[in-house]
Amino acid sequence: MTSPGKNRSSLLIKGGHLIDPAARIDAPMDVLLKDGRVAEVAPPNKIKGADEKFDARGLIVAPGFIDLHAHLREPGQTHNETIATGTAAAAAGGFTSVCTMPNTVPVVDSVEWIEWLCQPERGAVVNVFAIAAATRSSKGATLTDFRALHTAGAIAVTDDGKPILEDGIMREALVLGGELNFPVVQHAEDTRMTENCSMHAGARSFRLGLRGMTAAAEASIVERDVQLAMQIPNARLHVAHLSTADALKSVRRGKRAKARVTFEVTPHHFTLTDEDMRDYDSNYKMNPPLRSASDLEAILVALADGTVDAIATDHAPHAAHEKEMEFERAAFGITGLETALALSITRLHREKRIPLARIVELFTAGPARCFDLRGRGSLVRGSVADVTVFDPKKKWTFDAAKSRSKSKNTPFDGWQLTGKVVATIVGGKIVYSA
Amino acid sequence: MNPARGSLLGIEHLEAAEILRLLKFARRMNPDKPRPLLKGKRVLLLFYEASTRTRSSFEIAAKSMGAHTVLIQSAGSSIEKGESLLDTGYTVRAVGADIIVIRHPNAGAPYVMAQHLDVPVINAGDGLHEHPSQALLDAYTILRNKKTFKGLQIAIVGDIFHSRVARSACHLLSKFGVKIILCGPPELVPDIATTIAPGVRVTRHIEDALRGTDVVMLLRVQKERLSGMKIDLPEYVARYQMTPARLKMAKKDAIVMHPGPIIRGLELTSEVADGTQARILEEVRNGVPTRMAILARAMGKMR
Ligand SMILES: [Zn+2]
Repeated sequence: MTSPGKNRSSLLIKGGHLIDPAARIDAPMDVLLKDGRVAEVAPPNKIKGADEKFDARGLIVAPGFIDLHAHLREPGQTHNETIATGTAAAAAGGFTSVCTMPNTVPVVDSVEWIEWLCQPERGAVVNVFAIAAATRSSKGATLTDFRALHTAGAIAVTDDGKPILEDGIMREALVLGGELNFPVVQHAEDTRMTENCSMHAGARSFRLGLRGMTAAAEASIVERDVQLAMQIPNARLHVAHLSTADALKSVRRGKRAKARVTFEVTPHHFTLTDEDMRDYDSNYKMNPPLRSASDLEAILVALADGTVDAIATDHAPHAAHEKEMEFERAAFGITGLETALALSITRLHREKRIPLARIVELFTAGPARCFDLRGRGSLVRGSVADVTVFDPKKKWTFDAAKSRSKSKNTPFDGWQLTGKVVATIVGGKIVYSA
Repeated sequence: MNPARGSLLGIEHLEAAEILRLLKFARRMNPDKPRPLLKGKRVLLLFYEASTRTRSSFEIAAKSMGAHTVLIQSAGSSIEKGESLLDTGYTVRAVGADIIVIRHPNAGAPYVMAQHLDVPVINAGDGLHEHPSQALLDAYTILRNKKTFKGLQIAIVGDIFHSRVARSACHLLSKFGVKIILCGPPELVPDIATTIAPGVRVTRHIEDALRGTDVVMLLRVQKERLSGMKIDLPEYVARYQMTPARLKMAKKDAIVMHPGPIIRGLELTSEVADGTQARILEEVRNGVPTRMAILARAMGKMR
């Protein structure tokens, strides 16, 4: 991983309401950060003497948010995003740590590229954790050197953008990953069933004359992978951007059987359905696609009942020329770092009454557990001094043109949202403040 | 940007009154009695897909109203060299196009054009999505033969899934309360097709589709599309081919329509194609006045 460096002086976050689900704290608390660590957490006005103070009155103080799934596009696709611009967007969205996907040009499948990603020259303003390719060039044929990648600091492996399709290769990946305690992240899509498809298969795709991806194309891969995870000792499966009710059933079964299966959902999949896309707007095109209303309902239930492990953005920036074209030819993916928290508060908390503490968990302790990010996802004393401060009641309008991301491909441009990041603190240093 | 006034991107969002206005105006159009409504205008025909009847029909319609036409086909043009759809659009706008008629293999391509250009865009068929001028000329043909849409029943037989003609026809006829029966095997006629518009039903049985039907619309079955599926050609022919015997199951005065090109011996026999109930060539003829109306509307001259 790479870190922007820590703050030697001390910072006291005063007067806020601390939500730290891992520590079971949901109360007014002051937090003292020192030498890049959490030095003390105490009820209001008990901590004295700090170099700097941050007034958090009326605000929620939470462990720094972790995004398990972002495409920062480096190396090779800097017209879409760079680590510098992507992490700036992350900071504005309250994320102190971002896991970056390896489907770049070239694919991050070697120790050299992992090291390159972590160099300070990349200009990261939040922590960047590298996820390495699971197979060479993500071609799905030969596994990469898991051991060496693990040692070099990769936190997981995936062929995201594509599935690890072959049964034998997926089995091998889970076996080897299990030995190293290395999560295998699956982009679950049976690509044999989704050729030339550009949205979810349903009434809408039929009407628009677009070939549709069936829910089964996702669910069949998730079902296979969960079966494998149940058979293989210590295997760790993480299902990326789960989007269908059927896939959710498989994951629930795996979790009940105590298999080590985790999964993430994205804000767009709990906010929009396939019916929301208008007039071939490619800002509604992503993979997995926006699903049916019943899929969305199933995901909301799983968010509320504690089944979902993490909210991840699948931030997938694309320059205008990769999007403003025939819908079927336009690139998949939307940006998401700056809207994730606000969509979660707006849709999950205000509309669906999911407690704020649960939402914070989905951005902190949950993702930290998925990829074993030690010292993160909580603010217990001694943890890394990564903190997100937000105003859960602040109403604002998202203006994509002002996004810190290099790309503006989002369906949420102009949306009125509730809940805004006020400050993002990485290693005790304020890297973003509103 | 909203599409320019006069654009025709699809039937789905067109109001019934507007459709009737178009059809009424089309009845006054006659290519043999030219009316210079588009005098001096430039109509750009942008064809990303081969087409004989639609292209020539638009061309004749435009010319008979005094417009200049320029045909750009993907082969041999900058499109072939990898120019993007929008760049081609900006280019033809810059050379002075007043109307862009576009045929494209991707659904929604005319929308992309219309959202970025300030000239009317006419969809001449986009992927599997819509073929609005075909639906209008079919409606024109139906009205000429049946006088009214009231109480009519139509059976559309064949490859509905891959057919933009079928989608546009469903949207149009549904707006006038026509009962629509889609007929074919599940691979070509998925159950979800009933959701496209009110009054649409799916059946697997040709007898069921034809009973009491006023209009039989046949669609071309593309061999290459059947090959990947579980149905084979002889089976399709056995179950769905339109024969004189089958046609007798429809109403006595039923008409047979087909957007063409027809494949004799596949979706229909020669007896049906050449029979007294066939209106296949009349459809082609009706294409010209219908497209004259569409182009006049695009220029605000439909009065
Ligand atoms: Zn993915």
